[in-house]
Amino acid sequence: MKNISTVLAVGILAAWQAVSAADITGIITLKGAPPAEKEITPMMDNPDCAAMYNGKMPTTHFYVVGPNGEFADVVVSLKGVTGKSTGAGAPAAVLDQKGCLYSPQILAVQTGQKIVVKNSDSCVHNVHCTPTVAGNAEHNDVQMPGGADLTYTFPQPEMFLRFKCDVHSWMFAWVSVFDSPYFSVSDKDGKFVIKNVPPGKYTVEANHRKLGAQTQDVEVADKDVTVNFTFDVK
Amino acid sequence: MNTKAQNTNDPWLHLFAVLTAIITFLLLGVGGLVTSHDAGMSVPDWPTSYGYNMFALPIKFWKGGAFFEHSHRLLASGAGLLTTVLAVWLWLKDSRRWMKWLGMLAFLLVVAQGVLGGLRVTMHMDSLGIFHGVLAQFFFVLTCAIALFTSRFWLEFAADKNKFSVPRGLRSHILFVTILIFLQLVLGATMRHQHAGLAIPDFPSAYGKIWPDISPAAVAHYNAQRMDVNGENPITAFQIILQMVHRAVALAILAGVAAAAWLSRKRLGGKNPLTKLAWSWLALIVVQIAFGAWTVWSNKAADVATAHVLIGALSLVLGAFWCILAFRRPVTSSEIAPSSATSGSFGATPAMAANK
Repeated sequence: MKNISTVLAVGILAAWQAVSAADITGIITLKGAPPAEKEITPMMDNPDCAAMYNGKMPTTHFYVVGPNGEFADVVVSLKGVTGKSTGAGAPAAVLDQKGCLYSPQILAVQTGQKIVVKNSDSCVHNVHCTPTVAGNAEHNDVQMPGGADLTYTFPQPEMFLRFKCDVHSWMFAWVSVFDSPYFSVSDKDGKFVIKNVPPGKYTVEANHRKLGAQTQDVEVADKDVTVNFTFDVK
Repeated sequence: MNTKAQNTNDPWLHLFAVLTAIITFLLLGVGGLVTSHDAGMSVPDWPTSYGYNMFALPIKFWKGGAFFEHSHRLLASGAGLLTTVLAVWLWLKDSRRWMKWLGMLAFLLVVAQGVLGGLRVTMHMDSLGIFHGVLAQFFFVLTCAIALFTSRFWLEFAADKNKFSVPRGLRSHILFVTILIFLQLVLGATMRHQHAGLAIPDFPSAYGKIWPDISPAAVAHYNAQRMDVNGENPITAFQIILQMVHRAVALAILAGVAAAAWLSRKRLGGKNPLTKLAWSWLALIVVQIAFGAWTVWSNKAADVATAHVLIGALSLVLGAFWCILAFRRPVTSSEIAPSSATSGSFGATPAMAANK
């Protein structure tokens, strides 16, 4: 009877939280002209990869910016919120190797959440993740064309954990790992949404791999909150 | 003169030792390309390659970074085999006991070097890559030294004991500069295994200054502006300092080798083989500095950076040769080289005669 009461109490609390939770939304903007992206010229020396582009090489995409400064690939999270990971039960995040590039290049997951790495190319890749935080293990696995997907999980939070392919030295992805579900990555319109944030006071952190982090304090009640960030590149 | 040793001179053994040194030099080059292309981890397994026997990896996999890494493994196997044969040959045929053990040392080093390279891959340890790179330089010096010791030149050089001696100060000076070059190679290996690309993108200035701003704000700005295709790790103040020290040591080495050449000419005479070696050494250092600058100007192009590594290795060998040859000669405590002036390859020079 006592157990049933406890379960009921937790259920009611969770339901109340879900009802009262709100989203944190916003737009990230970049001011100033970022450095010009570079053509990935080493790809020309690799016939497998070059064949996919018909002589027109892709460029790096460190600064993905829209016509009005809409800034993509910024990782937004609630700073200091830990121990809330639901990663074990969350759907797997997918990292694909396509056209000898990682897609997406910036990804965010929870601790314990599966990251499935695919090889959609007709050439061999090695998947080499190089964490720097203790507790997150380094892996380096070969993945043949048409080979089975590879799955990784990381138990510790870490910003911009690097995935790379050493066969193709220009192939990188950076995966940020959070100990909670409260994060988002800005899209091509610079928009982000952190869903179902329980009421409370938070510090929202927006982090770009090249330009570093910015923070803003917010208070979440029962309505959605908007927080915008502007990055400057000098 | 060691008549017994001279009798053991075997031109085939010497040729084999030279071949081993040449293959080692090529191996250094391919190893340099592996690091320059950041390809050290492109074949994740060892001693197999992609699960295949290393010697049976299908050619279709020899692409991109795997081409360099796999070629490095194959060439390393060849160098290992040559070194093993050389060690056995020396053990069986060379009458000099110390040469037998030198061959054994080479064998042990090549085995250690192979295991170190393998563990660097399987244990995911970049720091082992630094040791692997430094040990490679030392091993190259050793194979070159064995080639020297098995040569007819070495025996003749030893036989000419009475013709000139080397001032202790000059010998110590060149030993010091050679050690400095070795330390510079350690610095270079450490820089290369940071996998951070160029910490300073300009030369001779550093971010437009004599000494760059390394405040956190400045480093953040440098990282924001870097657009490396290979997307290396962000640079740090430590890496900037490391490159500045590398530049400063390069200047010290240039000054040290220039002084060595000048002092050799003054103390030993212009025609002395050690003086000629010192001038060659100086020329090589000048070329090496030019390649260092070119490495920066080319944004660390793989072939240029690798050439810089190779010329560095040759610079170390020349310094080591000078020391080895100098230690083979009688030493004088004064700066003046006493000599029984005679003609011949290693004869006293007018400068020496004047100093008598």
